[in-house]
Amino acid sequence: MTSAFLRRLRIVFSAVVLVCFIYIFAEFRTLIQPEYIKYLLYLQFIPSIIKFIDIKSLAAGGFLIVLLLTLVTGRTYCSFLCPLGIGQDVFSRIGGTIRKKFRRFGYKRPHTVVRYSVLVLVIAGTFIWGMYFINLLDPYSIFGRSILFFIKPVILVLNNFLAGILGRFDNYALHHLEIKGYNLMAYAIPAGFFILTGLLSLTKGRLYCNMICPVGTFLGLVSRLSLFRIKADENKCTRCGRCSVVCKSSCIDFLNHEIDVSRCVNCFDCIYSCPDKALSYGFIGNTREEKKSDESRRRFIAGSIMLFLGLSGSGRAQERGIPVPRRESTVKEEKNCPVSPPGAGSISDFNNRCTACGLCISVCPNDVLQPAIMQYGLAGYMQPVMDYHKGFCQYNCTLCTEICPTFALKPLLPEAKKLTQIGKVIFIKDNCIVKTEKTACGACSEACPTKAVFMIPYEGSLVIPDTNQEICIGCGHCEFSCPTVPYKAIYVNGNPVHQASKKPDIGKPGVSVPDDFPF
Amino acid sequence: MKRRGFFKTSLGAGIAAGAALSLGRYNRVWASNGTGAKYDLVAVMGGDPDEMFDLGIQELGGMGNFVSKGQRVLIKPNIGWDVTPDLAANTNPLLVKRIIEHCLKAGAREVYIFDHTIDNWINTYRNSGIEKAAKMAGAKVAPANSEKYYHEITIPTAVKLKNAKVHELLLETDVFINVPVLKDHSSTRITCAMKNAMGIVWNRGYWHANNLHQCIADYALFKKKPALNVIDCYNVIAKHGPQGVSKEDVVQMKSQILTTDWVAGDAAAARMLGIAPEKIDYILIAHKMGIGNIKLESLNIKRIKM
Repeated sequence: MTSAFLRRLRIVFSAVVLVCFIYIFAEFRTLIQPEYIKYLLYLQFIPSIIKFIDIKSLAAGGFLIVLLLTLVTGRTYCSFLCPLGIGQDVFSRIGGTIRKKFRRFGYKRPHTVVRYSVLVLVIAGTFIWGMYFINLLDPYSIFGRSILFFIKPVILVLNNFLAGILGRFDNYALHHLEIKGYNLMAYAIPAGFFILTGLLSLTKGRLYCNMICPVGTFLGLVSRLSLFRIKADENKCTRCGRCSVVCKSSCIDFLNHEIDVSRCVNCFDCIYSCPDKALSYGFIGNTREEKKSDESRRRFIAGSIMLFLGLSGSGRAQERGIPVPRRESTVKEEKNCPVSPPGAGSISDFNNRCTACGLCISVCPNDVLQPAIMQYGLAGYMQPVMDYHKGFCQYNCTLCTEICPTFALKPLLPEAKKLTQIGKVIFIKDNCIVKTEKTACGACSEACPTKAVFMIPYEGSLVIPDTNQEICIGCGHCEFSCPTVPYKAIYVNGNPVHQASKKPDIGKPGVSVPDDFPF
Repeated sequence: MKRRGFFKTSLGAGIAAGAALSLGRYNRVWASNGTGAKYDLVAVMGGDPDEMFDLGIQELGGMGNFVSKGQRVLIKPNIGWDVTPDLAANTNPLLVKRIIEHCLKAGAREVYIFDHTIDNWINTYRNSGIEKAAKMAGAKVAPANSEKYYHEITIPTAVKLKNAKVHELLLETDVFINVPVLKDHSSTRITCAMKNAMGIVWNRGYWHANNLHQCIADYALFKKKPALNVIDCYNVIAKHGPQGVSKEDVVQMKSQILTTDWVAGDAAAARMLGIAPEKIDYILIAHKMGIGNIKLESLNIKRIKM
């Protein structure tokens, strides 16, 4: 095909994908249902692999489709489905309007050493140490964090501006949303990658994808076998070099009519730019030159695929134990284990599966999910942790477990979630308002959905909290509601391995239906 | 001359409109003082929430006694918890709907609903059934999730709660109708009319940390008082309140209390749960501060059994 159709298709398709991704990461709660989000996430390469290794079902086989797509068409994924790639295309376009030079690429030699070193480091590193490199370099997760940390606040500002205007006209279609932000330490890595990918794409097109991104490099290897490619007709070509100038991947050596398929992301800009219609995308046929695709390379590719498949399984097999304890500076709140989100199963399992994309953090209606700093230790940096000073876990909400693309959080039915104990309540009487101020409070007990926190008689007519850990699910509503500062009088200590809680106490109240008015 | 004539006419019209407006406001003041009502408190038993309200409000002289034409009305139900209506942690949506209908029939220009919820507000608005019911009846359901919507007020005569931030709609509307649901409460023993105001203010934690009972009574001193309290005692959480754990906690009392005096309303509601009102500190404090009357015996009460 030589027409401009492919390029147009790519632009429209990727624009829709990008908008959907920005939307789900920025603010979707009221508009997109979780079941639709699953379709979007299904094809994300690394999350899909992690999920597949966990559940071993085609329900998580999105990455197989991507592999097949790559074997047939080349790195189509990078231009059509990867939100980070599409986002970089947008940046590149912006770069072109700032300075024409930023959109004049030209052929460059591949960064062979760097890109394969990164790929090997990610694969080997994951085998040896765990999820560090995947968390850092999974493109989908980098994109998610960029939106969550930097784009979402901008969208919220716009929303609040519009909500303010509508509010003046007595219209509540939009409502004001607090821009809360996260712990500053959590911004370091997302900011680093936002700047890195942003600057590289602004000035150098797809350099990030062809130099650092492990998924890009891996799919580049696979695409060396692809059946459909962009090819140049040497008879038509006048060696004007326009294609090479517009190539974001800098992979067209127009003098030799060579296109580096391992770097080509199928954006089809070159076909569009060629005045002689010398470039086309099509079946490679029998005429393809395979001087590089020898047996050993094929074996390497096959080996890499196996490596990827075995990757997170091995990560899981490691004994990681309880994460580094985090101690408060006071003896009063002895929170020695962080609380992991419902559906995590255990903290070690969770740490080994989460890529820290931040989607759960974004969708959590109560902002209880916050990016971890060192609560889980270094491996869990940026992964979601329950922060009961920021919010509490809504009793009947299972949103985070429904949307997790890697199954780090496994789907929980509301009934199951209500009996999943992610932590246990601990009451510090000496901090309690009832004891210190000798006035009524009971904010914790009021908030408790299972009445694991209840009130017992204290001095005079006062009542004071007491706890029953057996029916506590660790939702943290008590800790969130407790008004004491700086230390709470009641808090939840995490369970390293989630447990089943007992059903709440159910029994008829002592009050009967009055026959007549008691006044 | 034509132009001058136009100016004169518009000036005249303006003055007339202004006069009508100010007259309207005076009417409201008289109406909300409850001069038209024959009873201090009306209690209804034995019907559905909406039917009971129809009867109750009729005994109080109809909604026209509280809402006059062109006024903006705030109806403040309890929408605090993310539970379904049968669990009774929130005001009954049928009742809210019927009150809105009465207000609009009485000529209200606009009726607003909000609550500063405890659970996530989008969920509670939806799952309580109140958002849908209110919108169907023609009210505007307003958000109360952000501090942006709240404005600083002072309560000079208060003991503890001298300052608070209240929702802008409380200050902007002409009539405030309080529609709490009666519930058992783990700390204050009952929650009802006066405590429902905790959903009007932004910083509830302050109340808990600074003598909860006194703060509840203090808030009731604020000059923007409810013109009417409609207490939903249809389904009543009698155990594990104010949230409830299961349906087992709910007692179907099929009752409703209407009153202009929220202290009397709370006192009557306490009796419904079998508790002497004097045993509940905030009701007693409010009575002593002169906010209302705890002594039900001295009130003119109309009791209706359906």
